Amino acid sequence: MDFLAEHQPELLPGNRQLPPTQGVIEAPHGTTIVAVTFPGGVVLAGDRRATMGNVIAQRDIEKVFPADEYSAVGIAGTAGLAVEMVKLFQLELEHFEKVEGAQLSLEGKANRLSTMIRSNLGMAMQGLAVVPLFAGYDVDRERGRIFSYDVTGGRSEEHNYAATGSGSIFARGAMKKLFRDDLTEEQAATLVVQALYDAADDDSATGGPDVARRIYPIITVITEDGFRRLTEDEASELSRAVLQKRLEEPDGPKAALL
Amino acid sequence: MSTPFYVSPQQAMADRAEYARKGIARGRSLVVLQYADGIVFVGENPSRALHKFSEIYDRIGFAAAGKYNEYENLRIGGVRYADLRGYTYDRDDVTARGLANVYAQTLGTIFSSAAEKPYEVELVVAEVGETPEGDQIYRLPHDGSIVDEHGSVAVGGNAEQISSFLDQRHRDGMSLAEALKLAVQALSRDTNGSEREIPAERLEVAVLDRTRPQKRKFKRIVGRQLARLLAADGAGTEAETSEEGGSEEE
Repeated sequence: MDFLAEHQPELLPGNRQLPPTQGVIEAPHGTTIVAVTFPGGVVLAGDRRATMGNVIAQRDIEKVFPADEYSAVGIAGTAGLAVEMVKLFQLELEHFEKVEGAQLSLEGKANRLSTMIRSNLGMAMQGLAVVPLFAGYDVDRERGRIFSYDVTGGRSEEHNYAATGSGSIFARGAMKKLFRDDLTEEQAATLVVQALYDAADDDSATGGPDVARRIYPIITVITEDGFRRLTEDEASELSRAVLQKRLEEPDGPKAALL
Repeated sequence: MSTPFYVSPQQAMADRAEYARKGIARGRSLVVLQYADGIVFVGENPSRALHKFSEIYDRIGFAAAGKYNEYENLRIGGVRYADLRGYTYDRDDVTARGLANVYAQTLGTIFSSAAEKPYEVELVVAEVGETPEGDQIYRLPHDGSIVDEHGSVAVGGNAEQISSFLDQRHRDGMSLAEALKLAVQALSRDTNGSEREIPAERLEVAVLDRTRPQKRKFKRIVGRQLARLLAADGAGTEAETSEEGGSEEE
């Protein structure tokens, strides 16, 4: 990135001059991203909706990307800027790995992303914010970790579960009640689908599983073996199982009262 | 006041070429071979920190003989070129041919500029294709020319002898184990024709494997996997080539 800043500064998002505007610029926004850790790794998932004001801009947008072999990033906020940020982030990690011959530490990757968000602050203040969720498998500590960000680039490590985007309040509530320490990989994947369902239930900007069009959440798992995105079939199976249960209990599984 | 002696341009260039060639010849040689599923890089390298082979981009690998600091410089330049290309346009727009051209320009400029000493390096840039016909291997000598190679190529100290040895024995569609074995045989021949043993821990091996599911096809082969491949005789064929599934017999 430093090299890019020197040679082709116009390629960097932070270096563009913005025309002065009145009010909020209309651009597609991505919505809910959730992540949950389980012993041995972390699951990161996102819904598929992008909205522009009260219009659904896209039904099948992809908002969760692999950052490298052992980490992934899910994005909420202005879709165009976010996708570019992810592209640059992927490039940086890969570039570092090739030049140095070693991967950045997970902490290092998280810090780098923080700087990139901060460089977008000008645009964020005009309503074009990008707020990602970063999850990865820490090879040194041998566990999955989640980092969340705010618009200013403030970074904080989240324990057990985290969510970002407009539906995050509802998703977080759902995860709080469903999370336990001994989840398996599959249970963790089911948990994120439940959380996304609850987010879609109460937030108009979050899309639920779309059975008619076969659009299901993107679910990714990062373990010791690296990044893996669940196939269309696996995601549809999980979503359908959740959906089936919700036909009986629309509010989802009930937690014990005491 | 001293008057510089006149040196004819031919003589000056010949001297520079001689200088570069001698520098390269001091280094150990390395070989790059095509095999059924890709391209394999094999070299003798006592150091595990300073690599002779490295990844440039998804399908492109880099190998160099000669002075470490000089080729490391070129390698980083190549990674930057490739990453910048791929970011500006698309990942498919980064090609070995484009990269080889950039290297040729750089090497050629340095070689003919009187102010600088010529680089004592010889490079190989290889790109693995979807099929063996799509594989490309370019050899770049110190003076900035490009040689389009097929099948096998050797650079470094004993390159001529090794490449004639390889040319006679290399054939298309070899398995990885066979290609590796041939490469080690070629490398262990000394200038005077005698053979010496190269232990596995002094070998540096990397492949560009077209069967890898990831976008990035470059992979180093180290430790147990290398030992297994070396142990497999040329007769044990295709079972050994896939790295994940290769261990079941042992």
